[in-house]
Amino acid sequence: MTDTTQTAVLPAEAPAAPARGYWGGVWARLRRDPVTLVCGAVLGLLVLSALFAPYIGLHDPYQGSMVSRLKPIGTEGHILGTDELGRDMLARLIYGGRLTLFLGITPVVAAFVIGTTLGLIAGYVGGWANTVIMRTVDVFFAFPSVLLAIAISGALGAGIVNSLVSLTIVFIPPITRVAESVTASVRQLDYVDAARASGAGDFTIVRVHVLGNVMGPIFVYATSLTSVCMIIAAGLSFLGLGVKPPEPEWGLMLNTLRTAIYINPWVAALPGMMIFVTSLCLNLMSDGLRSAMNVRQ
Amino acid sequence: MSASEMGLPDKGGPRQPLVIARDLTCHFPVRAGAFGPKKVVRAVDGVSFSIAKGETLGVVGESGCGKSTTARLLIGLTPATGGKIIYDAQELGEELSLRDLRRGVQMVFQDSFASLNPRLTIEESIAFGPKVNGVDAAEARRIARDLLERIGLDPARFAGRYPHELSGGQRQRVNIGRALAMRPRLVILDEAVSALDKSVEAQVLNLLTDLRRDFDLTYMFISHDLNVVRYISDRLMVMYLGEVVEVGPAEALYERQAHPYTAALFSAMPSMDPYARTQVPPLAGDPPNPIDPPSGCRFHTRCPFAEDLCASKKPRAVTLGEGHQVACHMRDPASGHGKAAA
Amino acid sequence: MPRPRLRLDMLGYLLRRLVYVVPVAIGVSLICFLLVHIAPGDPLVAVMPIDATAEQEAEMRAAYGFDKPLPVQFGIWLGNAVTGDLGRSIATGRDVATEVTRAVGNTLLLAAAASVIGFPLGLMLGFLAGYLNNTVWDRGITAVAIGGVSTPNYWLGMVLVIIFSVSLGWLPSMGAGPGGSGEWTWDWAHIRHLVLPAVTLAVVPMGIVMRTTRALVADILDQDFVQALEAKGMTRLGILRHVARNAAPTALSVIGLQLGYLLGGSILIETVFNWPGSGYLLSVAILQRDLPTLQGTILVLAMFFVALNLIVDLLQSLIDPRISRA
Repeated sequence: MTDTTQTAVLPAEAPAAPARGYWGGVWARLRRDPVTLVCGAVLGLLVLSALFAPYIGLHDPYQGSMVSRLKPIGTEGHILGTDELGRDMLARLIYGGRLTLFLGITPVVAAFVIGTTLGLIAGYVGGWANTVIMRTVDVFFAFPSVLLAIAISGALGAGIVNSLVSLTIVFIPPITRVAESVTASVRQLDYVDAARASGAGDFTIVRVHVLGNVMGPIFVYATSLTSVCMIIAAGLSFLGLGVKPPEPEWGLMLNTLRTAIYINPWVAALPGMMIFVTSLCLNLMSDGLRSAMNVRQ
Repeated sequence: MSASEMGLPDKGGPRQPLVIARDLTCHFPVRAGAFGPKKVVRAVDGVSFSIAKGETLGVVGESGCGKSTTARLLIGLTPATGGKIIYDAQELGEELSLRDLRRGVQMVFQDSFASLNPRLTIEESIAFGPKVNGVDAAEARRIARDLLERIGLDPARFAGRYPHELSGGQRQRVNIGRALAMRPRLVILDEAVSALDKSVEAQVLNLLTDLRRDFDLTYMFISHDLNVVRYISDRLMVMYLGEVVEVGPAEALYERQAHPYTAALFSAMPSMDPYARTQVPPLAGDPPNPIDPPSGCRFHTRCPFAEDLCASKKPRAVTLGEGHQVACHMRDPASGHGKAAA
Repeated sequence: MPRPRLRLDMLGYLLRRLVYVVPVAIGVSLICFLLVHIAPGDPLVAVMPIDATAEQEAEMRAAYGFDKPLPVQFGIWLGNAVTGDLGRSIATGRDVATEVTRAVGNTLLLAAAASVIGFPLGLMLGFLAGYLNNTVWDRGITAVAIGGVSTPNYWLGMVLVIIFSVSLGWLPSMGAGPGGSGEWTWDWAHIRHLVLPAVTLAVVPMGIVMRTTRALVADILDQDFVQALEAKGMTRLGILRHVARNAAPTALSVIGLQLGYLLGGSILIETVFNWPGSGYLLSVAILQRDLPTLQGTILVLAMFFVALNLIVDLLQSLIDPRISRA
C-alpha cells in the first residue's frame, strides 16, 4: 500500500478519482461494453413493443380466419405468417411478449424481495433463525428447479397466478442462499463492528451498512435468474400448465403450433426463437452487468 | 441532543482510573471435529488491569494472545463470559449500560478499508455515529467537517469522497475521525497503524499524539511493534495466551524486563546499534493452542528457565516497583523456584 | 489425482453428510405429500377416480386416512411410500410405483445418453476456452456456451425435429422405438430414436459445464503457483495436468448438479419427443389431473436427485482433501 501524503495537509496529487458514486462508475463501464448495450436495446425494443402493442398498427392477435391458416413467412399482410387458427403471427408474437416477459420477471422480483429478506435475517441474526431458514432452503434445493415448478404448478392447476406462485417458490431458495452468504460476509466486516460500537441498533445497521453492500451481488444474481425463469415459465405453458388459450404467450404458442411442424415448420418455431433471443439478451446483459459491478461469483 | 452532550461527563474525578478491568474472561465453545467433544477456547482468561485518565496503555504480545479480544470486551463488541468492567467508577451492567459505555469508548481497527462502508462518503461515515445518537443531520455534518479538518483532510476536497478514493493513511485518519465523532474519552487503537507504510505510520502517530492532547483522550494502544508502542505508551501490558504476564511503566520495562517472555519479545526487537548483542535466547516455535493451555505457568513450555514447579503451579502477580507487576515464579521469593531472588 | 486416504476427520465428514440426508429426505417427502393438499378442492377428490362409487370413496378415505389429522396422514403416506406403495393412478387405475419405475428407467437412459454427449464436450471446450483466454477461440466457445445456456430446450427439440425428421428425414421424431415399442433394446432401430432427444437434452448442461470450466481454468491459470511452475521450467503438458487436478473437484460438483437437472430438463424434452419416460408420464398426469401419479413421479425423481447430490459430495470429499476439514 502506498501513501503519497507528505504533510498533514494533503497535496493535490493524492490518489483522486473524480468523486462520483458507485453507480456512476458502473454506468461508465457499461457504456463501453457494446454487447451489453445491444442486448439492452433489443430487450428495450421487445418491452416497448409489447407495452405499446395496441398502438402500432398490428392485426388483432385473437382474430383468426379459417381460410388463411398456417400461411408461411412472407405472406402478403402477414409478414411472419399465421398460426393454426389463422391469426397473425407478428401480432401474436409481439402481444405474446407481454405475458412471457411478465411471467419471466415478476417471479424473480418477488423472489428477490422475499429471498433477500430471508437471507438478511439468516445471515445477520444467525443462530436459530439461520438454521431454520437455511435448512428449509436446503430441502427446496433437493428439487431440480424445473421439477419443482412443474410439481407445484401441476398440483395447483393451470393459470397465470398459479404459475407466478410456483415460479416464485422455485426462485426464493437460490436467492436466499446467495443473500445469506453475502450478508454473513459483510456482517463480520469492521465497519459493521464500528457501527455497533457507535451504538447503532441492528435495524439501523442493516439499513445503512448492510443492505447497500449486499444488494449489488444479490441483484446481479437475480438478473441471471430472469432468463431461466422465463424459459421455465414458457415451459409450463408449453406443458399446458401456465397460460390458458387463447391468450398469446410464447410457450403456449409453441405448444399449439407443434402439430404444424409438418405443414409450416418455421412458423411453428418462431415463438421459441423469441424465447431464445430474449433469454440470450438477458444472459448477456446480466454478464455485462456483473463485470460492470465487479461482482465475482 | 446537541454535540456537547454526547460524551460522558466525568464522574469519578482525576484520581479514579478511567477503566478498571477485573478478572475479565472470554471463553468460546468450539466443537473439535464432527462428533468430537465440545471444547473451550480460552481467548481471554482472567485479565485485570486499569487505565488512568489521560494515559496511554500499550498492549503487546504475539498474535492470538488475546490482545484484540480484550479490546473487543472493553467496547462490548464481544460479550465477556466473566469479570467486571468499571468505567469511571461505574460498573458495566450495573450503573452503566452498554449503550452508555459505547459513548465513552471507541475503537480504531487495523484494516482501514474494511472499517469503512464503501457505499458511504467519508463525511457520512463520520457523521453516522452522532446521528445514531440523536444529533440532527446538519449538526452531525458540522461535526464531521470539523473533524476532517482536525485529522488533516480538507473537508472541501475530501468530504464527498468514497473510501476507495483515499490512500491507506488517509483512510486510517478517517477512521480515527469517525471514532472521535462520538466524543469518547477512551480510544482503543487495535493495530491501528500496523498496516501503514513507515513514513505514513509516523504521521498518523503524530496525529494521535496531538489529538490525545487536544481532546484530552486516553488510549489503549495495541500493537506487535515494540518501537511504535514505546513511542506512544506511558505504561505497557504484556499478554501471553489470554493472560497478563507483566505490566509496568513503559520506560522501566524497556530498561529491564522481569518476565522471561517479555525479555524474549524485547530481544527480538531490531536494534539500531549494530554492536548490540542480545543475551536472551530467542523464542522458539508458536504459542500453544488456547484450547488446551499448558498447566501452571502458561509460558513454561517455551521458557528457558522452566522447572517442574512452573508446570504445576500458577505464578502469582508480584509487585517489583512503582506500578510494575509480573507473574513469574523467578520473581517471587516465596515460590521455591531455583532462580527466585531470595 | 491425489490418492484418496481415509482419515478420521474425513470419516467424520462422511458420517455427518450421511446423517444430514435424512432430514432433507423427510423434507422432500413432506413437500411431495403436501402437493395433494395444496391442490384446490377436496384432497379425496383429487386422488379418486371420477367414476368412483360410494364404496370406493369410503375405502379410499380409510386407506389415505383423510379423516385423520395432517401429521398422521403424512405418517401413513410416508409409511406406504417407503414400502413402495405410491397409490393408484386416477386415470388408468394402475399402480403408480410400477408405472414410475418403468418410466424412470427410460428417463435415466436418456439422461445417461445426454451426459455422454454433453459433459465431455462441455469439459473439453470449456478447458480450451479457459486455456486460450481472451482469444478468438475463447470468444467463440463462450458464445456457444451462452447460447446453450439460453436455449429453451423444448424449442431446440422442435427445431431438430424440423431439420432432421421433417426436412431431411434421417431420424425419427417420436417414441423410444419402432412402432412405439416400450421395450428398449440396444439395436440401431432403437438408438436412432435416442439421438435427437439426447442431443437436445445435452445442450443446456453442456453450456453450463463449459462456462464453469472456462472460468475455473482461467482463474487457476491466473494464480501464482502456475507462474511458479512455469518459472521452474515445467512443460505445457505438465502445467495442464496441474490445472486439471485443481479444477477437477469444482467441475465434478457442477457436473453432478447438472446430472440432476437432466432429470428435470428431460420432462419437457420427453413431452416433445413422446419419449416414454418419467417426464412424459408427468405431462400426461398433468393433463389428466392425475395427482397420485404426479406426486409419485416427483417423489422418485427428487429422491434420485438427493441421492445424486450425496454421491457427488462424497466423491468430491475424496478427491479434494480440503472439504472434510471445513
